[in-house]
Amino acid sequence: MEWAVFVVFAVAAIGGAGGVVLARKPVHAALSLVLTLFSVAVFFVLEGAHFLAAVQVIVYAGAIVILFLFVIMLLGIDQEDVLDEPLRGQRPVAILAGVALFAGLLLVAKILQPTGAPAQRGSLTQGDVPNVERLARSLFTDFLWPFEITSALLVIAVVGAIVLARRGGPGTTLDDEREMDIEPGDPRHVGGGSDEGPEAVLIPGDTPEPPGEQE
Amino acid sequence: MTNVPGAWYLTVAAVIFCIGAVGLLVRRNALVMFMCVELMLNAVNLTFVTFARMLDDIGGQVFVFFTLVVAAAEVVIGLALIVSIFRRRQGATADDISLLRG
Repeated sequence: MEWAVFVVFAVAAIGGAGGVVLARKPVHAALSLVLTLFSVAVFFVLEGAHFLAAVQVIVYAGAIVILFLFVIMLLGIDQEDVLDEPLRGQRPVAILAGVALFAGLLLVAKILQPTGAPAQRGSLTQGDVPNVERLARSLFTDFLWPFEITSALLVIAVVGAIVLARRGGPGTTLDDEREMDIEPGDPRHVGGGSDEGPEAVLIPGDTPEPPGEQE
Repeated sequence: MTNVPGAWYLTVAAVIFCIGAVGLLVRRNALVMFMCVELMLNAVNLTFVTFARMLDDIGGQVFVFFTLVVAAAEVVIGLALIVSIFRRRQGATADDISLLRG
C-alpha cells in the first residue's frame, strides 16, 4: 500500500518537476510546481513528518505559488518563452551537467550510509508522543534562538519587499505613478514623441521632469 | 513507520534536484528560473526528512522548518526584485538583465 502511494506520487513529483522546466508558459510551470510540492507533502506524510506536510501545503502550495501566480497575472508577463539560444550549445551542456550531477548524487547515495549519532535532538519514534509535539519540543528548547531570529528575518523580508516593489522608489508621488502608466503613443503623454522608446517612460529615475510640466 | 526504504526517497529527491538544476540553466524567464530554485529547495527538504527518519532524529525536521521560513523570505524578496525589473524593462528573459555585464 505504501509502495503504491510512493510510486504514484514519485511519478507525479517528477512529472511536475519536468513540467516546470518544459512548460512554455509561466502559468503552466506554476501549476506543475503545485503538483510537485503536493507530492513532496505526501512524501512527508509517508515519512511521519505530519506537521511539515501541513506546512508544506499551506506555505508552499498555498502561499508561495499563489504569489507566483499573482506576479505572473498582475504584470501580464504570460507570453511564451523565446526558444532561441543566445549561447550556442548551452542546452546540451546543461542537460549533460544535470545528468552528471544526478550520477554523482546516486554514486554518493550508493557508497555512503548515513551514520552519525542517532537521536541527537530527540527520537522520532520512541514513546507515544505525536510528531507535532516532538517538533515543538525541539524547536522551543534546542532551537529557540534561531526560531526567534527567523521572525526578524521575516520582518526584514516584508520591509524589503515593500521597498523594492514600490513604484519609482522613494519620493515618488501618486501623480508620478499615474504618469508612468501612460504609453508613449498616447496623446496624453507629455514626455514627447515616438523617438523615445517605452523604456524612457518606464524608468522613472532616468528622465526627471520638473513638476510643472506634468499633467 | 513505512516500509519504503529511505534510499528510494533520496533517489526521487536527487531526480527533482537535478531537474531543477537543469531548468535553472536552460530556462531564461526569470520567474521560471525562480520556480526551479524552489524545486531544488524542495528536493533538499525531502532529503532532510528522509535522513531524519533514517537516523531517527527530529533535528532534520526542525531544519526543514527553518528552510521553509528562509524560502518564504527568499520568495518574497525575489519576486519583489522581479516585479521591479519587469516594470522597468519589458523583456521577460534573464539575458535582458545585463546592466552589470555579468
